[in-house]
Parts: sequence; structure tokens; C-alpha cells
Amino acid sequence: MSYAFNWGLPPAAASFAPEIDSGIALIHWAMLIIFVLWGAFFTYLLIRYRHRADVGVSLDDTTHSLKSLVPDVIVMIFEIGLIIFYAIPVWAHIKMKFPGGNEDPVELNVIAQQFAWNVQYPGPDGKFGRRKPELINFYNPIGLDLTDPAAQDDVVLANEIHLPAGAKALIHLSTLDVIHSFGVPEFRLKQDAVPGMEIPVWVKPTQAGTYELACAQLCGFAHSLMTGVVVVQSPDQYQAWLKSRAPAKPQQAAAPGANF
Amino acid sequence: MSDDQHGHAPRSFWRRYVFATDHKVIGLQYFFTSWVFLLIGFTMVLLMRWELAYPGTPIPFVGRLISPLLAPGGIMTGELYNSLGAMHGTLMIFLGIVPLGFAAFGNYILPLQIGADDMAFPRINMASYWLYFVGGVLMLSSFILPGGAAQSGWTSYAPLAEFNPGQTTWLVSMVLIITSSLLGAINFLTTGINMRAPGLSLFRLPVFVWAQLVTSVLLLLAFPPLEAAAVLQLMDRVLHTSFFIPAGLVVLGTKVAASGGGSPLLWEHLFWFLGHPEVYVLLLPAMGIVCEIIAANTRKPLHGYKIIVYSMLAIGVLSFVVWAHHMFVSGMSPMLGNFFLVTTMIISVPSVAILTSMIYSLQGGSIRFSVPMLFALAFMPLFGIGGLTGLPLGLTVTDIYLHDTYYIIGHFHYVVVTGSIIALMGGVYHWFPKWFGRKMNDFWGKVHFWGSVAAMNGVFFPMFIIGLHGESRRLYDPTAQIHNLPAHYWHIVSTVSAGLLMLFQLPFIINVIHGIFWGEKTQENPWKATTLEWACPSPPPHGNFEKPPRVYHDPYGYSVPGYREDWLPQNVEWEGA
Amino acid sequence: MGGRMTTAAAVAAPPSEFRTGLTNAKLGVWLFLASEVMLFATLFTTYIVLRLGASEWPRGWEVLNVPLGFTNTLVLIVSSVTMVMAYAKCWDRDYKGFRIYLGVTIALGFVFLGIKSFEWAAKFRVHHFPSTSIYYALYFTMTGLHGLHVICGMIVNGALFVLSKKEWDHPLFMGRIEGSGLFWHFVDIVWIFLFPTFYLL
Repeated sequence: MSYAFNWGLPPAAASFAPEIDSGIALIHWAMLIIFVLWGAFFTYLLIRYRHRADVGVSLDDTTHSLKSLVPDVIVMIFEIGLIIFYAIPVWAHIKMKFPGGNEDPVELNVIAQQFAWNVQYPGPDGKFGRRKPELINFYNPIGLDLTDPAAQDDVVLANEIHLPAGAKALIHLSTLDVIHSFGVPEFRLKQDAVPGMEIPVWVKPTQAGTYELACAQLCGFAHSLMTGVVVVQSPDQYQAWLKSRAPAKPQQAAAPGANF
Repeated sequence: MSDDQHGHAPRSFWRRYVFATDHKVIGLQYFFTSWVFLLIGFTMVLLMRWELAYPGTPIPFVGRLISPLLAPGGIMTGELYNSLGAMHGTLMIFLGIVPLGFAAFGNYILPLQIGADDMAFPRINMASYWLYFVGGVLMLSSFILPGGAAQSGWTSYAPLAEFNPGQTTWLVSMVLIITSSLLGAINFLTTGINMRAPGLSLFRLPVFVWAQLVTSVLLLLAFPPLEAAAVLQLMDRVLHTSFFIPAGLVVLGTKVAASGGGSPLLWEHLFWFLGHPEVYVLLLPAMGIVCEIIAANTRKPLHGYKIIVYSMLAIGVLSFVVWAHHMFVSGMSPMLGNFFLVTTMIISVPSVAILTSMIYSLQGGSIRFSVPMLFALAFMPLFGIGGLTGLPLGLTVTDIYLHDTYYIIGHFHYVVVTGSIIALMGGVYHWFPKWFGRKMNDFWGKVHFWGSVAAMNGVFFPMFIIGLHGESRRLYDPTAQIHNLPAHYWHIVSTVSAGLLMLFQLPFIINVIHGIFWGEKTQENPWKATTLEWACPSPPPHGNFEKPPRVYHDPYGYSVPGYREDWLPQNVEWEGA
Repeated sequence: MGGRMTTAAAVAAPPSEFRTGLTNAKLGVWLFLASEVMLFATLFTTYIVLRLGASEWPRGWEVLNVPLGFTNTLVLIVSSVTMVMAYAKCWDRDYKGFRIYLGVTIALGFVFLGIKSFEWAAKFRVHHFPSTSIYYALYFTMTGLHGLHVICGMIVNGALFVLSKKEWDHPLFMGRIEGSGLFWHFVDIVWIFLFPTFYLL
């Protein structure tokens, strides 16, 4: 199955990726069929009705004919189907139903800046430490307020996210400076980080592995260097990793432009 | 009759060719200026394409000519790449295609097609051109002004654009260009509504005129919001307000000194409120041109003239309520996403109707494969690809993956280049005899056509493949991201094709220059077309028509049964019709 | 000023070749106003969006001078009336009356700008600038843009005041007064929205 033609998409590694992939495949097959049918008819017309000295013009009913609305009806039915049975439900699933309550998702903050991804895990207490913009400096890129008890055990990383496979993760996405976009192609996930907003994103990785996180919204001269890794591990490995990092002071500081 | 009383043509060189008020001279001024901007914008993208295919290597030939600050050792920096990107978009859209499709063709052809002696406001017309010219020159000169050229994309998303250098020049130029377009839109609408020849009712207008009128409405109502947004961004930059800056930002370790309270999403909304109608501003004149060419070269009336007209009107209305489909992953409310998903699917309906009508127009005709017709025919399948690939982008779910990838670049270039530009090139071949009384060379026209069409597909089709692989747009070094490497060779295909595309414009440029001075002379109506622009001498004298025309028929009176010729001009009275 | 024999009807009737019965100038002004409506609508939308997103918003009547703003509203309304009177005098072919009313309209424009600049200067004296807060950013930008429109209207009216000496009998002259009047009323209406938005809400 994994060798089936998938329109050149990279391997899928998140729970909702197959839903997006099936939509892309369906639409592209439909596009191909429409284009081939259209193209064949078009070519036929060009050959059949090319100018010949002995053949005149045959006039059809051009003023009252509604013939050219027929393909429209077909396209419309297809689109209405797509909207009702595909786009709206899947969109609600991905963008509006966030894990919470008994699902106990892995929570983390991703704080983008020019040109790095800062990551904050709440640590064993499950509470994010307070952040203050005025505390931001080279050694404290997210401005973590260390006087806050909740901040004592927080794990702060740069350009590196660890997630357990098979569990839902809830990412609180924000940015320090300009708009960035959190994009992981294998997750089929993309979400802008907008200054002044904290935007929730969820993902349930299905395959262990290392994936590339790349900024997908122009954010300045080093935009293409703004990458990070997403390490998806088995839950055991993930827990072991988390233990090895905590308790932690802010570490591996991402200074502005630290990764180039 | 226009406010400017038409006696005879002004004598002095300055009044006649530079500060001219004659719509034909202004049309040609727009024509030549916009082609220069298009070629400059294209040259910029060739540099970018080199960087994309061979990142980190010196640009051949011209690399050493660029300031070492922007390209040390001929190797492009991220700053230069972003500047070229922003300028390419701005030049092609605001200084290239809009002035060519709307202002150049509109200025020259619209008054002729409605039988008017000039535009309604000839002096305002002149002002539009010169505002455009000054705005364009200022935009280009930003490369050598302090701060350099804008680096934040043609979309100028805040707050990046608020902090980047060069943006102020961009904003001031945009205000000039927008003002020019607004004046043009008022002029076109007044002319088209008020100065039609007797007998020329609304449903006897050629499709091209309808297209221009709908385009004018879009410009008139969609550009002011961008103008307001540009003023607000200018205030942010110059007077340090914070319309688009929220509180508490830290840029490169420094706290931004702004009162805060602004909204970056507000800029996106204001920008795309213009941005989407703008797509149809680029497209509608092209569709109008294609319709004119098809009717003349199939010798048969357009199929579904009224459907085309109503579809254009529907597009005009709907294009104001689809803007946020550019913002599905921007962080706006997902509920809004559903609304714009539905409107986006609805707007595809009139576009499909127009394209279908064009194809049905071929049926039963006697198709002459003249050079303009080749371009018009190429428009249909290629614009079809552009339209179809809009579907997965307009659908919220699939857009999550495809958003901001090369797929979108491929999509809108298919729409704008193989759609608009192809049609505009066709329009040049079609109306060239009208402008200069001479024809362009057929052979070199065909070379230009086949070369361009092949090269355009070579440039843009690989972008779909790259995009499906998940590569983001606007990366000055795509190889810096590992997941982009497997599809990288497609960038080379695209770059080589772009070079070829430039090469195939040479026959076109030479053909135009040769045609103006030494082209084969033609009679008044070389295509045997029916619309009014062919009812006056080619080129038309000052004041256009020897005596004001009267209109008796629908625009496309081809192969009217019983008439002695296979074309019945709109201004010829004949009882049999 | 002799020889004013042209009848009002002859001057007022648009030439028959205009398809809509409106002169080009009048149609053009209406279209221009449509785009102006979009311009100010965008700014008002910006105001609404930013105010909805704001955690606190100053009370307009506490930070701005309501009596002065109200006076300015009256000034503009009266100037709209005098503008109409100028047009009516034009219709009556009363050159002298026309000049008086148009002159008063222009003068009221100066009064408006005078009061406005006094208000602005008072704000600057206590260091309230566009960069102070989003409220002042909107206040200065929107009233400033409106002020620019007032100045433009005055320039057009002033030009017509000067031109009227020569072009009183020009067949399109009344159309020009009408167009200028339409613009002036538009400027007035914008202020009628601006006043409550910033001073009272």
C-alpha cells in the first residue's frame, strides 16, 4: 500500500493526515478527469470545425441556449458534495475540536521568533511558567519568569520538539515578533503564529521518526533557515527523554539568529 | 462628447506625445510602459529562479554587477531575494498586467468600441497615466534609495513590513498607483455608461467593454480599502502609531516601542479585500479579449453572450466576499473559514460558465488559426489548469497542507501568466493593425506563441509537483530544508524553462518594433470584424470617427444568413437582420 | 457682468449626447464618491475592529472637547446649507448671491479648520500624539484625512469662485458647482459620523 501513487505527497505521520491526503487525491483525480474530458472535446472541436473553404458556419441557438450552464451544474454538485461531506466535517475535526479533559494531551508552548522555534514544556507540575516580554534576553529567549514556582521545572528548548507517538499533543502557538507559520509537511499541519495571539493547534503523531519543522510564512531575510526538528518517540522513550531534561533552567538558549 | 472639445490634434510634440489627452496616445503610453515593467519584473524573477535552482552560486553574467552589499561575490543574499520577490509581485501585478490589460487596452479600445471620440475626462486620463508612471519609477528606484526595496512580499504582511527597511517607498508608490487606478476606473465607467453611440444598448456592448466596466467597478470599490490600509501602515512607519502592531513584541532581542493595540490580522483582511478582486481585475480584461478574438476567428457569434455578461457581473459581486480564503491558516476564526469556503466554491460557478461558453463558441464555427486566435485558444486549457488547481486551495482542509507551498505559486501563475498574459499577447496581435495600420509578422508570431506556451508550462507545471512535495514558497535557499531535497531537480527544470521563456520574448519584441515601422500595411478591417473599433481608419485620427457612428445590431454579427458578407458590422444598417 | 441672458434651463440641461441624461462630470463625481465611501468605510471598520479588540478605551467626552466638536459639526452643516444656496443662486442666475454664498461656504471651511487645528494643538501641548495610543492613532488619522478632504473641497470651491468670473455662462458651469457641492456634502456627512464616533461613544 505504501507504494501506491499518492500524488507526490511525503509520508503521512499524523492521525488526520490520511483525511487530508484522501481529499487531495480525490480532487486531483477529479481534476484530471475533467481536464482530459474537456481537452478531448476541445481538441475535437478544433479539428472538426477548422476553417475549410467549402464548409460554412453552422449557427446554433446562441442567445437563448443554456447549454454552457450544464458543466456548471456538474461542477456544482461535485463541489457541494465536497463541502458538505468532506470539507466542513474534516475542518471541524482538525481546527475546532481540541483535545482536553480526559484525553490528557501533551501540552507545550511553541514560541516563534526570527529565526528560531522556542519550545516550552510545563515539566512535571503540568503548569507553564509565566513569561514576560521584558525578561527576554540572550540567555532567556522566551522571557521565562524564574520567580514563578511553576517555571522552576519547565523545559525550554530551541528548534527541537519531542512528542510521543499515538498521543494527542496540544501546541499553544505564539510569536515574539512577526508572523511565522508552523509547518510540518509529514503531519499535513500548518498554522500561522500571529503576534498578539496564542493559537491552539493539535496533532496526534502516528509514526515514530524525525521530521522537519519549517517556517512557512515569509518572516525575514533568513526565513528559509528557520527550521527545527520534531522527534516523535515511543511513549516510553518520550517519558525517559522528558525526565532527562527536567528539572531545568532555560537552556540551549536560542539567541536571535542563533541557528545560522 | 468629452469635456475637451475636439478641434484638431494638438501640434506641439509635448502636448501630442508626452502630456497627451488623446485616449489613443495614452493607451499606447500605457502599453509601452507596462511592457517595460513586465520585462523588468520578469528579469527580476530570472535572478530569483537562478537562486532557487542553484542556491549559493554566483549569478552568471549579471551577478558581479549587483552591489556587493546585496550580492557579495555575485551570490544573492536573503535580503536581495526578498526584495526581488516583493518587487516582482508588485511590478507584474500593479505596474504590468493591470496597466496593460485594463489601462492600455481599455484606453485604446473601449472608446472605439462604444463609438466615442475620446474618454469622458481626457485630462484626468493624462493624470492617471502620469501618476502611474511616477509611482512606477519611484517603486523601481527604491532599489537605489536609502533603505532599499521592500522585502516583505507583495502582500506586505504586518508586522514584518513595519520593521523591514524599504517599505515606506513601497507604500508611497502604491498610494500613487492606486490613485491612478481609481481615476482610471472613474473615467472608464463614465465613458462606458455615458458616451455610448446611439443604438448601442447595454446588451449590444462587446464582451470586452463589459469586462472593462466590471473591472472598473472592482477597482473603484476594492482599491480604496488598500489605499486606507497603506495610509495606516505609512502612519505606523512614519508617525509610530500601532495600527498593525500588538503590544509586547520583541524583535531581535529589542522591545518594540509601540503603544500596541493593533492587529496584524486586520492588515491581512484589508489587503485581501483588495487582493481577491484584484485577481479578477487581472483576469476579466483578458477574458474579454479572448471573447473578441474567438468571435472574429470562428466567424460566428459568441455562444451564450448573455451568460458571459451575467457571469462577469456575478464575478464582480462575488469577488468581494471571498477574500479570506487566502487566510484559512492565518489564525482567524475557523467558522469564518467555512463561510469563505462556501463563497469560494460559488465564485467558481460563473468562471466555469464563461470558460464553457468560450469552448462552445468554437462549435459550428469556421476556426481560423491566426496568431491572435492561437493565443486565445491556448488561454482555454491553460486557464482551465489554473482554475482547476484553485479547487484544492479553496477547500479549507486541503489548503492546510497546500497553503504557502509552491502549489499556490503554480496555481496563480497558471491563472495570471498562461491566463491573463497569454490573452493580452493575443490582444496585441489582434489590435496591432488598429494601432499602427500595419500587421505583425505571422511566422515570428507563431514562433513566439509555441515557444512561450511550451516554456510557460515548463516553468509553472513543476511548481505543482514541488508544492505537493510540501516545499514552502518564498525560500531563498530551498535546499536549506532537508525535506525539499527530493523534489529539487524540478526547480532546475523550471529555471531553464524561465530562461527559454525570456528568449522566446525576443521575437515578440522585435516583431512589435519591426511591425510599427516596417510591418505589412493592412486595410482598415483586416480581421473582417464587426465591432465598432473597426469602423474607423487604422490608426484612427484625432477624434476617431469621421462621423459619429450609429449602432443597429448585436456585437457579433458573423455569418448572418442572407447578408452578402460573412460579417455584418454593428454600424451598418441592414433590414434583413 | 453684463450680457447674462442665458436662461437657466439652457445652462442646466445636459447636452443630449449623454446616455444617462447626467453629465459626465456629475456621473464621475458620484463614482468618485462611491470610492470615497469605501475609503472611509474601511477606516470606520478599522476603528470597530481595533476597539472590539481593545481592553480599555478612553471615554471620548473626557479626552476631547465636545463643545468645540459640536460647534464644528454646526459649522459644517451650515456650510452645506450655504453650498446649496450657492447652487440655487446659480440656478437663479444671480451672480452676486452666488458669490456671497460660495464665499461664505469657503469661509466656514476655514472656521472648521481653525477650530480643528486648535483642538489638535491642545492635544499636542499635553503630549498626546498619534503614537500615544490606538485611540489617538485613529483620532488623528481619521480627522486628519477628513481635514485633507475639507481642504480639497475648499480648493475646488475656491477655484470655482475664481473661475465664475469668466465661466459663469459656460454650459457646464452649473454641473461643476453641483459636483463640488456633492463632494462638500459628502465631507460634511463623514464628519457627522466622525463626531459621535470619537467624541460621544
